[in-house]
Amino acid sequence: MAVATEVPQAPRPTARSPSSWGARQPILRWLRTNLFSSISSTIITMLLLALLIKLLISFVQWGFLDAVWTVPGNDTGACRAVRGVGACWAVIPEKYRFILFGTYPFDQQWRPAAATLVFICLFVLTSLRAMWRRELVLVWAIALALIGLLMWGGVPGLPFVSQERWGGLPVTLILATFGLAFGFPLGIIVALGRRSKLPAIRSLCVLYVELIRGVPLISLLFMASVMFPLFMPDGFNIDKLLRAQIAVVLYAGAYLAEVIRGGLQAVPRGQHEAADSIGLSYWQKQRLIVLPQAIRHVIPPLVNTFIAFFKDTSLVLIIGIFDLLTTAKTAIIDPAWQAFSVEVYVFVALIYFAFCFAMSRYSRQLETQDKAGK
Amino acid sequence: MRLSLKDPQFSGLLWQVVVVGLAIALIAWLWSNALHNLSVRRISTGFGFLGREAGMPIADTWLPYSPKDTYLWAFVVGIVNTLRVATIGIVLATVLGTMIGIARLSSNWLLSRLSAVYVEVLRDIPLLLQLLFWYVLMQGFPPARGAWKPIEGVFLSNRGLVLPAIPIGSGQLWALGSAVLGFAAFYMLRRRLIALQMRDGRARRIWLYGLMLIIGPPALVSWWLGVSWTVTLPELRGFNFVGGWTLAPEYFALLIALVTYTSAFIAEIVRSGIQSVAKGQWDAALALGLRRSFVLQHIVMPQALRVIIPPMTSQYLNLTKNSSLAVAIGYQDIVSVANTTLNQTGQAIEAIALIMVVFLTISLSISMFMNWYNARIALTER
Repeated sequence: MAVATEVPQAPRPTARSPSSWGARQPILRWLRTNLFSSISSTIITMLLLALLIKLLISFVQWGFLDAVWTVPGNDTGACRAVRGVGACWAVIPEKYRFILFGTYPFDQQWRPAAATLVFICLFVLTSLRAMWRRELVLVWAIALALIGLLMWGGVPGLPFVSQERWGGLPVTLILATFGLAFGFPLGIIVALGRRSKLPAIRSLCVLYVELIRGVPLISLLFMASVMFPLFMPDGFNIDKLLRAQIAVVLYAGAYLAEVIRGGLQAVPRGQHEAADSIGLSYWQKQRLIVLPQAIRHVIPPLVNTFIAFFKDTSLVLIIGIFDLLTTAKTAIIDPAWQAFSVEVYVFVALIYFAFCFAMSRYSRQLETQDKAGK
Repeated sequence: MRLSLKDPQFSGLLWQVVVVGLAIALIAWLWSNALHNLSVRRISTGFGFLGREAGMPIADTWLPYSPKDTYLWAFVVGIVNTLRVATIGIVLATVLGTMIGIARLSSNWLLSRLSAVYVEVLRDIPLLLQLLFWYVLMQGFPPARGAWKPIEGVFLSNRGLVLPAIPIGSGQLWALGSAVLGFAAFYMLRRRLIALQMRDGRARRIWLYGLMLIIGPPALVSWWLGVSWTVTLPELRGFNFVGGWTLAPEYFALLIALVTYTSAFIAEIVRSGIQSVAKGQWDAALALGLRRSFVLQHIVMPQALRVIIPPMTSQYLNLTKNSSLAVAIGYQDIVSVANTTLNQTGQAIEAIALIMVVFLTISLSISMFMNWYNARIALTER
């Protein structure tokens, strides 16, 4: 990593005294410069090692040696016996279907699983540089339609499943991905509006962005769940999941607008002037000249924003929508398993971590590639 | 003059009229629906309900509160609860995050790797999940009778964290007030002394004056008023603790979750800030024979702060907004109080408007303070 090279290291002792221990052994030399370069560094290393070993031992004891991996049926006696000493991983095989897919009809759960797979393929495709072209919009439209078809069904062979029964990982992915898919165009329009020369449009956009960014997402979700019905005409109501989705889109739009605005500011003036001089209209200029450059600039921060959304969708727990975190929390309401929530939370944390870690690695890789390309 | 869509001025005006008209129409439509729905449900709009008796219990407060108090007072208590988790969280997260950010750049491989793992793990797991995790972990702690006692007078149990406390009365408040005055005087003196040093180059013993000004006044006041600074240790009596200062498990879990989560982001900001300072600055300072800690503190950090402050502001705002997750574990902050109010009275619009006003005010205050600070440390170019 570039971290170590940027800040000067302490002078290497080996350079001073070539005959000192370890000078010829690469491993020993490495140890000496990186772990025992000075008295304070040695003390830190020793303390950290002691702490690390202690933590590792207790973790291995809890998570592996004293853990219970399976129990017969719903009898959690074996788990209760080791409570506080060892983990009860038996809760995971017992509950994983519910945690991952919620109350989706049990025999149809291959459908949310397939939808999750489509999501992952979509993410992987989008991450490829060769795919960054206009046709990507079409790929997204097809993939999202396919996911809708899989989840809802309603065609021969796929019985209809109402979205009230959806739950778990697909709901988290839907909230985050649709939030991005609809928030992105919204963000582009608002970012353009915020840089527009027309005062009324500019102030509307500023108002929207600052209002949304100034309040917590929870209050937007409360608005969606409590206030939305108040603001609609009599008898008109839409599903809770869709209302939360609208809140997430509005929230995403405001944050994405700020990211995109950063990219717009990075496009040099000459590009605008050149576009004007060949007689392009405002929209042609933005679509063909400005936006492609602006968005390329901000792809790494866009990925980071997406990671933030992916995590923030877990807040829908508070208004009672069955996303991954809510199903996990619900799974352990079962009195037999109530005492083993830590294990379930660890399981869910691993799923979230896998997605976010992959994305953050990817964003870092893009940044280094961009730096190398310049 | 002919009006044509090709004319940029006219088309601009047209666009504005259309967009603003649409926005106003939308808001008017929503508003008329709301008025109609409210009248159907017999909910009177307005903030009159704030004067009524709240009847909701709030467990963990700093201000005196009983369910017989008004909704207005319940909101004030909720705001104070939000502020006390946010301010303490911001201070702790800054300290922890800065330490980890510097540790990531350490020449000690183990230290920098462990800090990197800390940052990566905490950043990639949703805060709400971490919060629930800490809360569940805390509920799994032993009951008060079997509380852990890491050091004398500190108890960790499922009742939360109990710390030794100093009872604060009016005498102590006077002494603390004089300490604040002394600190202000020290700050002014320090500026003066630094200006003097800039002029003649002679170093002055700033810290000696500092100690005198900060310790002196409270000591004098305590002696004058006969204030005693006795520390009371908490004791276990029956099933609960008596004396000492208790951090309820909800507050403690929320604080830990917010501080650890935000510190991971702050660590990254501090790291990139320090790395943004040119390597030549380090080389030049080390060539003068200055110690690394001195170089970091007096040469690199002041320059790094210019890069660090703007993103730090948004982390502070995030921490404050994230404190609203309290509602998930039952710590009664402003969002939780407003939510209960909403369920009890049906005053949805007013309750959510109050949340928004409170958060917008806090956000604006933090932004203003940080902008002022940023302007103060900004590069003064010749």
